[in-house]
Amino acid sequence: MADRYAGLVSGFDDLYRENILDHYKNPRNHGRIEPAGASAEGMNPLCGDEVTITVAFDEDGETIGDVRFEGRGCAISQASTSMLTELVKGRRAAEVLAFDKDELLDEVGIPLTPVRLKCAILGLHTLKVALGRATGAETDADEDIDVR
Amino acid sequence: MAVTAKPTLDADKLRADFPIFDQSFHGKPLAFLDSAASSQKPRQMLEAMTRFYETSYANVHRGVYQLAERATEALEAAREKSCRLINAPEAREVIFTRNATESLNLVAYAWGLTNLGPGDVVLVTELEHHSNFVPWQYIAGRTGASFRMLPLDAGGELRLDELEAVVGRGTAKVVATNLVSNSLGTVNDVARLAAWAHERGAIMVCDAAQAVPHKRVDVLALGCDFLAFSGHKLCGPSGIGVLWGRAELLEAMEPFLLGGHMIKKVRLEETTWGDLPHKFEAGTAPMAEAVGLGAAIDYLGEIGFEAIEQHEHELVEYALGRFSELPSVTLYGPPADRRAGIVSFNVDGVHPHDVAQILDLEGVAIRAGHHCCQPLMTKLGVAATNRASFYLYTVPEEIDRLVEGVRKAKKLLG
Repeated sequence: MADRYAGLVSGFDDLYRENILDHYKNPRNHGRIEPAGASAEGMNPLCGDEVTITVAFDEDGETIGDVRFEGRGCAISQASTSMLTELVKGRRAAEVLAFDKDELLDEVGIPLTPVRLKCAILGLHTLKVALGRATGAETDADEDIDVR
Repeated sequence: MAVTAKPTLDADKLRADFPIFDQSFHGKPLAFLDSAASSQKPRQMLEAMTRFYETSYANVHRGVYQLAERATEALEAAREKSCRLINAPEAREVIFTRNATESLNLVAYAWGLTNLGPGDVVLVTELEHHSNFVPWQYIAGRTGASFRMLPLDAGGELRLDELEAVVGRGTAKVVATNLVSNSLGTVNDVARLAAWAHERGAIMVCDAAQAVPHKRVDVLALGCDFLAFSGHKLCGPSGIGVLWGRAELLEAMEPFLLGGHMIKKVRLEETTWGDLPHKFEAGTAPMAEAVGLGAAIDYLGEIGFEAIEQHEHELVEYALGRFSELPSVTLYGPPADRRAGIVSFNVDGVHPHDVAQILDLEGVAIRAGHHCCQPLMTKLGVAATNRASFYLYTVPEEIDRLVEGVRKAKKLLG
């Protein structure tokens, strides 16, 4: 029992490995696009993590030409949102709306307990809501996450 | 010359009573600094519950056979112990519930629905746990009463000078506060609030979940009308709580939960209610849990509540002193002489979840979040804090490990 989480969270090297720390301290695509083709603010009320994501579409109206985020919160939420922006740039909105969270989690690359999983997918859900609003498509957003 | 010795306890020795400390987490001994959420369990309490199941278990009150008698005696002995613990006048005023939250809901529903209406004011504090906030907000809404909040000062203490202004021209009917804040550790002047409430004709409802495990609590000295606490925070099992209420109020109240055991006569036309405390104890009681609660009360009584309070006071002084060495740490709440064994803090530039996770990797368990006190977090202007909380088994070395872990978190992420 003592080591039930042994494989899940095993130490600093895993949880706060260089990749996460790098994205947390030097977030990619940080900022805000105005006017934005799509935008949303996501918040996890349980821990207060917040991200605002703004998107600019290419001339075809569906390819993500640029994406920026601002936010505050734990290292996992901010680093994973930073990684997400790198993953989705150049993809079509429909493709991102169908984006499986495991693809992002693979990129985050660390095993997470259920509580921290919410932090890791905050950015993805916020982005999906933003794209859903802009394109009128349905999203599978997490109901624990408040999105404005 | 007479010297008044302060009561003491030997935390290192007492730790041997708690099997949880035999384990290690992430290869390190457990520094459990989350007792305000729930306490760890001594072997004596666990054995009492096992013994009850093995030798005295049957459903209480209804059986005529000897075994059922024995179970009933065990349940009622736990009620007597709970009664003496808080210096309640009569054991029939002690009602077993699932937890402090259920105790407070019982009062809000069974007293509030009948006695509140438009023009009445229900007053809670900015320091409340959601358990003494949300039920009152809801029942006030249902009855048309006004729901208001007594504010805090910058030091995390209640603005008692604002009482009149907050209630204004309304009729104060309920004043609800905790005795010790679960977030900041503030010890509130409940006796003064109770005197004010009674002058205005209001009832005083006290959430003592963070007080009863840590200090001597006396319902008569506090002057409250209702007092709630839970078993799991005082070395007892989860699944049992206590509501104490003044008999005349409880007798005049409607029941809360209905069904078996709480009745006198059931006819198609009408059902009449049982006497206290049974009127408020529908269904099969948490019997083994009550036995565990009784054993926990005995265990704490032997150590002495004065000694526990003194021990935690020394720990809080030590922790506040150690944290003051770290310029990146913001501390919340009053000075050590007006707070219980709880320290809430934030680390500049590091989210509480990250602090708590890094501490976990060091074997140090603390809480990070809003501590079921979102109105308070709003006041503090933060989404969450870190909270370390102490008990009789906490030793200063664990606070050293906490401070070292915070240093590490700051270095890594700040």
